[in-house]
Amino acid sequence: MLDALQYEFIQNAILAGIFISIAAGIMGSLVVVNKITFLAGGIAHSSYGGIGIAIFLGLPVLLGATVFAVIMAIIISFLTLYNKSRIDSIIGIMWAFGMALGIVFVDLTPGYNVDLMSYLFGSIIAVPQADIWYMGILDGFIIALVVFFYREFLAISYDAQFAKLRGINVEFFYTLILIMAALTVVAAIKVVGLILVIALLTIPTYLAESFCNKLSSMMIISSLLATAFTLLGLVVSYVYNISSGASIIMVAIMCLIVVKIFKK
Amino acid sequence: MEKYIEVNNLSFAYEKEQMILENINLTVNQNDFLAIIGPNGGGKSTLLKLILGLLKPKSGDIKVNVDKSLLGYVPQNTNLNINFPITALEVVLMGHIGGQKKVFGYSKEEIACAMNSLQQVSMEAYAHMKIGNLSGGQRQRVFIARALCANPKIMLLDEPTASIDVQGQKEVYDLLKQLSQTIAIVVVSHDISVLLNYAKNVAHINKTLVYHTLGHINSSLNEDTHLCEVELLSALGEKNSCGCH
Repeated sequence: MLDALQYEFIQNAILAGIFISIAAGIMGSLVVVNKITFLAGGIAHSSYGGIGIAIFLGLPVLLGATVFAVIMAIIISFLTLYNKSRIDSIIGIMWAFGMALGIVFVDLTPGYNVDLMSYLFGSIIAVPQADIWYMGILDGFIIALVVFFYREFLAISYDAQFAKLRGINVEFFYTLILIMAALTVVAAIKVVGLILVIALLTIPTYLAESFCNKLSSMMIISSLLATAFTLLGLVVSYVYNISSGASIIMVAIMCLIVVKIFKK
Repeated sequence: MEKYIEVNNLSFAYEKEQMILENINLTVNQNDFLAIIGPNGGGKSTLLKLILGLLKPKSGDIKVNVDKSLLGYVPQNTNLNINFPITALEVVLMGHIGGQKKVFGYSKEEIACAMNSLQQVSMEAYAHMKIGNLSGGQRQRVFIARALCANPKIMLLDEPTASIDVQGQKEVYDLLKQLSQTIAIVVVSHDISVLLNYAKNVAHINKTLVYHTLGHINSSLNEDTHLCEVELLSALGEKNSCGCH
């Protein structure tokens, strides 16, 4: 088991797991307290459209997914702010549209040989060096924004109307949260896959919620829990030869069930 | 006596819908404790949002003669967001937003000021508790402390006693009465018990506005007994009990 650590792909997987867990813990907290899990899910799945287009055009997949997800985040933010009554239907449509677009473009790609499953379920042991850089920079970007604008994020999440009265640009910060969530989702696709990314955002946060009475401590605890789940899941995946994404999520859900039973 | 808020011939309707407020005239003075009452959908909260500048009037105008930052606002206590990870102190600290801020965290002065506001509402012992673990009345007092944080000249409250038990309601009203010695208070409520012993004036809004001065009503009811709404209504119905006809 321990000799596995000397392989570079295992080292990369561990690094990627830690990096993505930090981003997921912070953004998961913001997504959960803002009750926008469904929005984040819509962005995650629609980003598959970007993956399909990138494969078709021969561009880096991460780039395609990032651009597409950010555009989706801005559209969803705009619709939430100005046409709230139909938002659930619209997200449902964008969710399906992105997935369908991705599949169409992948089908159209001549001589296609990309492993579709790796995007749906993740493949943490095949994370390239460039993606790890992306995750590291993303962590730095998210931590800097959250530290610098902590009060603004807290205020718009807790009481947007009051924040607006105090002169905060609520629309700007709301859009910023969705863009940061979109970037996190794209980075997490490699680790747990786009189907399971929402679980990585919500389960650690849901667990942390019962122990924390501050948003800041919720972010830290969620990040630590996400890291623990990812690394444990990685071990399970290695030992039993199961998909890494599914292993990580199963570990998280097992912990959630155990904690919820014993806390009663 | 300084006029803090002047509303002249104000009308309002949401797009393409029927009038919600029609030809409203209202003045809020420096030492007022004004209760805005009326049926659900009568336009009470809409008027409050117009005064706050969250909505724009269709016709007429609203003059707010104090700086916007000195307008304290306490939103409706909806009991939503009860699981939100935030302490009472952090809620109060939100009142400082908009002024100068430190790059990282809260300054000592801000925390001292927030603690002082909590003390004014007798909630300093609960500063580090999660807001969701407080009772409805306690939570409402924390929201009042948040508004106090900005040293307001006027405090506008939207249904401050909705979903609070009777004891909690009395605590909130007692606190408001005490604050009204230095701050003009405007309370939107469908709970008419605020009229007894607390508010000085009342504006009844149901699309149009009727203004009453309350001095006579209070003296004609026994202060110590439980308020029966029938008694209050009969007092309001007495001739000349208030200035209107």
